[in-house]
Amino acid sequence: MSEGLVTVSYIAATVLFILSLGGLSNPETSRRGNYYGIAAMTIAILATVLGPKVTSLWPILITMALGGGIGWYAAHRVQMTEMPELVALMHSLVGLAAVLIGYATFFDTSVHFEGVEKTIHEVEIYIGILIGAVTFSGSVVAFGKLSGKIGGKPLLLPGRHYLNLVALLAVIFFGNLFLNADSGWGGTLCLLIMTGISLVFGIHMVMAIGGADMPVVVSMLNSYSGWAASATGFMLGNDLLIVVGALVGSSGAILSYIMCRAMNRNFLSVIAGGFGTGTGTATASEGPQGEVQPISAEDTAELLRNASKIILVPGYGMAVAQAQHTVFEITKLLRERGVDVHFAIHPVAGRMPGHMNVLLAEAKVPYDIVAEMDEINLEFPETDVTMVIGANDIVNPAAQDDPNSPIAGMPVLEVWKARTSIVMKRSMASGYAGVDNPLFYKDNNRMLFGDAKKMLDEVLVALRAG
Amino acid sequence: MRIGIPQEIHAGERRVATTPEVAGKLIKLGFTVALQKGAGIAADLADEAYSEVGVEIVEDVSRLWADSDIVLKVRAPEPHPGLGCHEVDLLREGATLVSFLWPAQNPELMDRLAGRKATVLAMDSVPRISRAQKLDALSSMANIAGYRAVIEAAQNFGRFFTGQVTAAGKVPPAKVFVIGAGVAGLAAIGAANGLGAIVRAMDTRPEVKDQVKSLGAEFVSVDYQEEGEGTGGYAKVMSEGYQKAQAEAIAKQCREVDVVITTALIPGKPAPKLITEEMVQSMQDGSVIVDLASEQGGNCACTVPGQVVQRHGVSIVGYTDLPSRMARQSSQLYATNLLRLLEELCTAKDGLAVVNMEDEMIRGATVVKDGEITWPPPAPRLSAAPPAGAKPAAAAPVVPEKKPLIPPALQPLVVLIAAGLALAWLGTVAPAAFMSHLMVFVLACFVGYMVIWNVTPALHTPLMSVTNAISSIIAIGALIQVSAPGFMMTLLAGIALILTTINMVGGFAVTQRMLRMFRRSE
Repeated sequence: MSEGLVTVSYIAATVLFILSLGGLSNPETSRRGNYYGIAAMTIAILATVLGPKVTSLWPILITMALGGGIGWYAAHRVQMTEMPELVALMHSLVGLAAVLIGYATFFDTSVHFEGVEKTIHEVEIYIGILIGAVTFSGSVVAFGKLSGKIGGKPLLLPGRHYLNLVALLAVIFFGNLFLNADSGWGGTLCLLIMTGISLVFGIHMVMAIGGADMPVVVSMLNSYSGWAASATGFMLGNDLLIVVGALVGSSGAILSYIMCRAMNRNFLSVIAGGFGTGTGTATASEGPQGEVQPISAEDTAELLRNASKIILVPGYGMAVAQAQHTVFEITKLLRERGVDVHFAIHPVAGRMPGHMNVLLAEAKVPYDIVAEMDEINLEFPETDVTMVIGANDIVNPAAQDDPNSPIAGMPVLEVWKARTSIVMKRSMASGYAGVDNPLFYKDNNRMLFGDAKKMLDEVLVALRAG
Repeated sequence: MRIGIPQEIHAGERRVATTPEVAGKLIKLGFTVALQKGAGIAADLADEAYSEVGVEIVEDVSRLWADSDIVLKVRAPEPHPGLGCHEVDLLREGATLVSFLWPAQNPELMDRLAGRKATVLAMDSVPRISRAQKLDALSSMANIAGYRAVIEAAQNFGRFFTGQVTAAGKVPPAKVFVIGAGVAGLAAIGAANGLGAIVRAMDTRPEVKDQVKSLGAEFVSVDYQEEGEGTGGYAKVMSEGYQKAQAEAIAKQCREVDVVITTALIPGKPAPKLITEEMVQSMQDGSVIVDLASEQGGNCACTVPGQVVQRHGVSIVGYTDLPSRMARQSSQLYATNLLRLLEELCTAKDGLAVVNMEDEMIRGATVVKDGEITWPPPAPRLSAAPPAGAKPAAAAPVVPEKKPLIPPALQPLVVLIAAGLALAWLGTVAPAAFMSHLMVFVLACFVGYMVIWNVTPALHTPLMSVTNAISSIIAIGALIQVSAPGFMMTLLAGIALILTTINMVGGFAVTQRMLRMFRRSE
């Protein structure tokens, strides 16, 4: 295959990649979108392998068969509740691959540059490895946090902002040394030191971020993996990599922005880490007054049975308890009896963007009864019963009522406007933001205590009996 | 401890202080429960239903009272017609009594109870704090009374409540006017609205307006400025000027509506006379007034407590036993209120009731403690008052406002200029090949920006997994390098190739798996 044909193939792949993302605008076209993506990837790889630059086929076949097998296996073993972990882990692979390719490019003796071109090429290598290393270690820590192997609490080292600043200065210093290094070994040393610093920086950055901010972190790492690919594209002078990396990078950046907006938080403050350590603690002592009113599973079933319009609000607690299938059974039963059932999804419900939608889809909940916050907030006043399943901060009225609350101004689902709200919770502990929730003490709110799965099973049994 | 439930002896009283369902829960708390034979009959609760859950049925009244450590009743004790003695004398010395009592109206009864060294918890004295809502029997009874008032009105009203258009002509909906939007008033509004009537309501407390509206009624406001809320959420006596304006508003409504339901009560005072004889006269023939305040003298001048009377062509319902007219329902709710109280008294669930006078709620309800009159309780703390620990001044830390280096209006301009300068510098030093890559990069960022905003939020997780999969395009870099000379290169590129292929295949496969799950409802 000639160089020209390869380039044409790359153009086709680029268009297909863009169409692939465009397909996701609607669940109907989304599967086609994924096929476009697969086709684009296949074309790109075939064109490269058959192109003039590739001479040895066997290593490629062996490694790709091995990697493909592992990937296929993992994709079919993973539970839908573990999607955030899987995605975080995959980001780390891209990060690591970018680092390796960066090193390989540096050691590549077949390409020679002089003058400014050499400088730019080396800067590209340096930045590519930097982003790749941060993505790698950050994603590994994010994976640990999401899978519970590392505690969800933010780890706040004293003077952590200065540590980050020192790390940045060191990276710039070694970058300068690297560009001016004569011998290969000096440059390698600089690269190794910089990689080490980046790895530590990635760990430190994600360690300082609390569990509730995980959706931002996951989408930010998604963005990084894209920028890493773009940097690799610059390094190799390959436009396809640049384009695809930029697509992925802007995708992740937009998702991070959406998540931040949904929490009414500044992107920098999320990345700087440590939720609830700001001015909000001044009023933490002044909790809401009153007493919660517990409700039994039978009474919940009774309420649901007599309602004509119900909105269910799932949160991370539903994912943890694996309760989505029972939720669907209840939904199905109620819908068969003519009850209008909808789901309300807050953008940051769960641990990654769209997490709840995937869980509900897995449980066969049709997507046209699953609504977003903006669509459904107006409907709560006309609703008989809202059920909050393992969510807390996203339904906290303090965000609207209490200007001193740490989550003040965050858009929330206005479940308390329904005639009755039921909150399912393990205990009275506060949410990840550590903010007490006045919703629990409202007159029209009932608390259904216990494990979400177990309690919903009981509700289902009671519903079937009645 | 043993709980005894005697039959109510007040004339016409049909309620009973516990139901089989609640009795079962009391037994679970560790108590033994005994019931006078036939105590629940008037509320359609048979003795067998009680004995099924383990309640002992006792025939001898005196023995039931004498054996009980705690006696649960609805009405306050009174002379027993069958035994010729007062119920208080039946109570064992030192035992506990829980019932409605009205200590302010019944000072002699209080002395009598104190003489028996009794401990008495009055359900009407439970403080109005949010914690105590679950045992607020006044509210649960008022709720029933409000509902029943509408039923009684409908019974005495010769027309439909709801408007209809029939082949035999058009029927206008009834207009119902509710005075006092407390628990009973709100229940009446809800019930009347449910029957299809046009409902209006009035209250001296303007803050109930929203509640009235939420139940589908129109709020009639009095054209006079005065706050009507007294302590504990109850109404208070209003000024003369207000009363005059209020009377005018009520008179106007009386001329227009078909049914008036009055629920105006002021704690410890006779009920305010809101409807004069002239107003009754001004109402259309066949109209109905239901006076829920008739036991306290009535809101209407023509009310006769306990009876339905006709005055100037208007039926005036003055029943004082509305909750008792729905005995089964009110027994159920009252019994649950008592259960909540006993749960508070017996937190250990060991069948021992402890009257903890440190607890604000228990303290308020306890009117006699071991023979000592403890009523009235110290003034209740309002639940709305700020907690003692709050520091109003310290709550707002002074943050010195940082002066921005550049005025905000100029910031975008400055950014633009900086970006332009940086590009210009890059243009002068960087080689042409780099610039063309940069152009592709910037354009791709914009395309990504446009495309991604169109992605529906429901598909954000598949978006992440698919972008993750396509970011393994860097495999192309590794593919080229595998062929480059040198073992180190092949090794590094080979590992990179494995990693990216895992990502590629895994990412696409898992996306496919996810997308296959999204389905429409059939």
